[in-house]
Amino acid sequence: MSTPAEHPEVLPEEHPVAPYIRTDRMPHIWCPTCGIGTVVKCFATALAESGLDLNKVSVVSGIGCTGRVAGYMKLDGFHTTHGRAIPFATGLKLGRPELLVTVFSGDGDLVGIGGNHFIHAARRNMDLLVILVNNFIYGMTGGQNAATTPLTAKTSTMPYGNFERAFNLPQLAASCGATYVARWTCLHIRRLTKAFGEALKRRGFRFIEVITPCATLYARLNKLGSGLDLMRFYHDNAEIRHGADTREVGIAFQDRIVCGKFVDEEQPSFLEMMHEHYRKTLGSKYVPTPPEGGWLHE
Amino acid sequence: MKADPAGVLTGVHYLDGDFACGEGAMAAGCRFVAGYPITPSTEVVERISRRFPLMGGTFIQMEDELGSMAAVVGASWTGTKSMTVTSGPGFSLMMENIGLAAMMETPCVVVNVQRGGPSTGLPTMVGQADMMQARWGSHGDYEVIALSPQSPQETFDLMINAFNLAEVYRVPVLVMMDECVGHMTEKVVIPPAEEIEIVPRTLTGQPPESYLPYKVDGKPVPEFARAGDGYRFHTTGLTHDERGYPVMSKECQEKCVSRLLDKVRRNVDNIVRLEEREVDGADVVVVAYGITARVARIGVELAKLQGAKVGFIRLITVWPFPDRRIRAVAEKVRAFVVPEINYGQMVLEVERCAAKAGADAVLVPHPGGGVHDPKRICEAILGAAK
Amino acid sequence: MKYWRKPLDFGDVKVPHGEVRILVERCKGCGFCVEYCPKDVLVMSEEFNKKGYHPPKVVKAGECVNCNLCEMICPDFAIFSVAVSDGDAAGAAGSSPEAAGADPRPPERELRRA
Ligand code: SF4
Ligand code: SF4
Ligand code: SF4
Repeated sequence: MSTPAEHPEVLPEEHPVAPYIRTDRMPHIWCPTCGIGTVVKCFATALAESGLDLNKVSVVSGIGCTGRVAGYMKLDGFHTTHGRAIPFATGLKLGRPELLVTVFSGDGDLVGIGGNHFIHAARRNMDLLVILVNNFIYGMTGGQNAATTPLTAKTSTMPYGNFERAFNLPQLAASCGATYVARWTCLHIRRLTKAFGEALKRRGFRFIEVITPCATLYARLNKLGSGLDLMRFYHDNAEIRHGADTREVGIAFQDRIVCGKFVDEEQPSFLEMMHEHYRKTLGSKYVPTPPEGGWLHE
Repeated sequence: MKADPAGVLTGVHYLDGDFACGEGAMAAGCRFVAGYPITPSTEVVERISRRFPLMGGTFIQMEDELGSMAAVVGASWTGTKSMTVTSGPGFSLMMENIGLAAMMETPCVVVNVQRGGPSTGLPTMVGQADMMQARWGSHGDYEVIALSPQSPQETFDLMINAFNLAEVYRVPVLVMMDECVGHMTEKVVIPPAEEIEIVPRTLTGQPPESYLPYKVDGKPVPEFARAGDGYRFHTTGLTHDERGYPVMSKECQEKCVSRLLDKVRRNVDNIVRLEEREVDGADVVVVAYGITARVARIGVELAKLQGAKVGFIRLITVWPFPDRRIRAVAEKVRAFVVPEINYGQMVLEVERCAAKAGADAVLVPHPGGGVHDPKRICEAILGAAK
Repeated sequence: MKYWRKPLDFGDVKVPHGEVRILVERCKGCGFCVEYCPKDVLVMSEEFNKKGYHPPKVVKAGECVNCNLCEMICPDFAIFSVAVSDGDAAGAAGSSPEAAGADPRPPERELRRA
C-alpha cells in the first residue's frame, strides 16, 4: 500500500511528459481539477508520437489561464499579449517557414479580444495549428463573461445569467475557411491526442476546440460542483458525431456537447498559395524566404 | 557586415520619402514586413510588396495594426529583420505590442509617417504630434530609440541606422517621419551594397544546455537565440528572470525593468545624433526636427539678416533625448526656440534641460495640416533674443 | 455510476502489467486518476501532501494494466505508470532510469502505449 510518505519525489523513472514540459516550473499554477494540464499532456503525447523534430516546433500563447501553456512546454515558447497569439504566430511562421507553429490559448484570448485575428488567419488558411481551450469563461481575471459563455450561465459580470449569444466555434472556424476543425473535451484523452497528431501533420489553418472544466469559476459560479463533476458531465453529455454540420454544434448551458472531427479537407495553405502564385507570376525571378530545409522543399 | 546586394537598389533615384523608406529598409536587410494600409504611409509597403518576392522577403497585409505589430515581433524571433509602417491611428493600435517588443527585447523597426491628429485627424496632411506617444505610448517604463528624418535621402540613411540600432540594443526603433517628408520627392542616392554597413542579427554561440535567454553577463543586452534552433527558450511579456520565466516580485521587476532602461540610458551618447550649426556664440538656438527643421532654417537665416546671433540644432535622434548636449548649450544661450507641428511636445524636453541654466524654451506651435511660415519662426527668434 | 473509458487499443494487447508512480508533491488531489482508472487500482489517500492536497494511493497494485489512463488524464503530470517487464518488448518503454538531473534536456523518448 502506498502512502505519500513512501513516495520519494525522485522516482526511478522520470514522468514520460518530462521531456516536453519545463519540469523546473512544476507544479504549475492551474487550479485543482482544471483541465488545461490534461490538454497539455495530450498534446505532448501527440508530439511524442508524431516523430517531429521538436526543435522546430514553437508554441505561442496569449494571456489567460491557457496562456500559460507556452511557458510550461519545453519548446520555443512565446507568451505574448492578450489576443495577439495568432498574429505573433503568423510572423513566426512566415519568418521561418520550416517551423511548425502552434497557438495554444483560451477562448477569451483567441475569439474574444483576438477574434479578428482568428477569422483572418482561418480565411488565409494560415499554416498554424490553433488549440483553443474553451472553459466558457474568463478564468484568470475572475470569471467574467466570455464570447463562449452559454446563454443563462452565470458569470461574475453576468450575475443574473448571461443573455448574450455565444459563439459556436467550429462553425466560426469552418465558415472562415479552416481546413481542419475538431472539438473534443479533455475527457476524450485518446481521441484528443489522435486529433492533435492528425492536425500536426496537416498544413493550413487547423482548429481544435477542447472543452475543459474550470472548477474555480465556471463550475463554482454555476453551482456545477467540481472539475470532476464537469468531467462526469462530459461523459454523459458528449455526443460524438464526426462530420456533423457545424451549424448544429453550438453549445447550450449544461446541454449536450457535440464532439468529433467536423472538417478535414486538403486546401492549399497560405504559404502554398503564396509560393505557387509568385512562381507563376514571377517565374525564376521569385526568391522565396529561405526555408532552410523546411517542408516547402520536400 | 556589408548589406545584402539583393536588397540594395544602387543608383541615383528620384524618390518620395515613403519609397526611400522602403528602399532603406530593404537595403538594411529587412525581410519581413507586416502592415495595414493607412495614409500617408501606405506607399512604403506598396514599394516593399513589389520588391520583396524578388529578394526572399515576405510582406503580409494584416487585418489591423494590432496584428501587424504582433507579427513583426513574432517574425523577429526567427532572426528575420522585421518592420511595420503606419501613421497616427495605427500607431496607437501598435502601442501594446511595441511594449511587448520592448519587454521581450525584440529588435524591430516601426515607421510612423505622421499626420495631423488627434483621432482620424488630417489623414493626408502633415503633423508632428506623435512625438511624446513615441516615447511614452505603451504602458509601463521602457526605453525606445526614435529617429526623425528631414528628407527622402535622410529617410533612406536613417532606415539603415534604425535597423542597426535595433540589433545593437534589442529595442523597437521608431522612425518618426512626417507626411511632408513621406510625400516629397527628391534625389536619393543609394550607394553600392558594399558601402552600406549592416549590423546582422548575432545568434548566440552558446550550447542550448547553458543558454539563458535573458542573461547579460555585464553586457547591455543578452545573446539572442532564434526559434527553431534547438534552444527551446521561453520569452514572455511578464516580468521575467534570466531564464525568461515569469517572476512576480518587486526584486525581479527592478532587475528586469532597470536593465531595459539602462541599456539605452547608459548609451545615450553612442546613440544620439544631432546636426548643429553656429551654436557657439549664439544667443538663441533653434531646436527642430523632421520637416520643421528645413522650414526653421529659413527662419534662422531671416533672423540672421536682422542681426540676431542664432544657432541651430537639428534632432536626428529624438529619443533618447540629447539631455547632456542641450544642458550644455543652455549654459551659454539666452533661449531656445522650438518650432514643431504640434502644441508643444519636444519643447517640454528642451525646457526641462534648459531650466537649470535659466534659459528660456519658446514654443512655436503649429496645429498641423501645413508647415510653419518661416517668418513666424524668425519673429520668435528675434523675440527670444531680446 | 462508475465512469471509465476503454483504451482504444484495448483489443490489441496481451494483458500487460504496470506499476504506478506518483509524484506526490505535484498532485492537486483532483481525483481524475482514481475516477477513471479502469481497474480501480487507486483511491484517494487520507494523507496530505505539502500543499495540503490528498494524493492518490495504490490499493490494488497487482491489478494495474499499464493503460496509462491515469497518466493521460492527470492535469498535474503527477502520476504515470511503467510497464512491469514480462520479458517482452514492453520493457523498452522507458522504465530504465536516467541519471537523475545529469542532463537538463534528456533525449526524447517514445511515451509508453499500453
Ligand atoms: S481559473 Fe479555471 S481555467 Fe483558470 S486555472 Fe483555475 S480552473 Fe483552470
Ligand atoms: S495505468 Fe491504467 S490500470 Fe494502471 S493505475 Fe493507471 S489507469 Fe489504472
Ligand atoms: S489525477 Fe493527478 S492531480 Fe489528480 S488526484 Fe490523480 S495524481 Fe493527483
